[in-house]
Amino acid sequence: MIELGIFLTLFCLGFFVGSYAEKQHYKSIVEREQKFMHLVTTSSKRPVGDIGAVRKTHLVRGNAVISVDYFKRIIAGLRAIVGGNVSSYETLLDRSRREAILRLKESCPSASQIINLRIETSSVFKGAKDQTGSVEILAYGTAIYAEK
Amino acid sequence: MIITNTEEVTGKKIVKCLGVVSGSTVRAKHVGRDIMAGLKNIVGGELRGYTELLTEARDEAMERMQSQATQLGANAVVNVRFSTSSVAAGASEIYIYGTAVVIE
Repeated sequence: MIELGIFLTLFCLGFFVGSYAEKQHYKSIVEREQKFMHLVTTSSKRPVGDIGAVRKTHLVRGNAVISVDYFKRIIAGLRAIVGGNVSSYETLLDRSRREAILRLKESCPSASQIINLRIETSSVFKGAKDQTGSVEILAYGTAIYAEK
Repeated sequence: MIITNTEEVTGKKIVKCLGVVSGSTVRAKHVGRDIMAGLKNIVGGELRGYTELLTEARDEAMERMQSQATQLGANAVVNVRFSTSSVAAGASEIYIYGTAVVIE
């Protein structure tokens, strides 16, 4: 009975706090993405367009470790029985990727372009108890500063 | 030292190639961070402690790679790649490798 109580508390806490936090996070992501819209970011190996002489280049990176809440973990567990699209994990990965790219951009706000953007996903600290469902996203690229 | 993950340094010419350099580090989390992460696992969201931990680990691996490149007499490292793997429960390995070159 007590166990069921704990489970339900965590379940509800995960649902309410988790979905509120996610909403807030998405709001801040959208805001910041708009702010950095002008910074051209590509996965191509050469700068896009003619940017003239290059003054400086350096490696930039951004990372984020984001965990899924208790509610979503249970839902994903249920989903694993019947198979199919685990949408609760999709938003998790989407959030972390966008956050990682934003951090990369925030580390070089005065760059002209960011080229060769690569995104890597790994599950960190796998194997430790209760630690499943937290992923790390690393975004890295080369920031280019034009002469002008 | 110039570090890029492109095959060349944009706007500069590579004069000499000195071979692959790499740096690695294995990091374990400490208990305090672990407890916080355990709580965060209930409500979801970012595990800030882990983010910082991995950033520090990458800085360290990067430094090791740079000092290796300096020893070879390089002034740039191109085509840098990151790789992360969990070697044991509670520990993560960060490996960074690239090609040391001399640019004009």
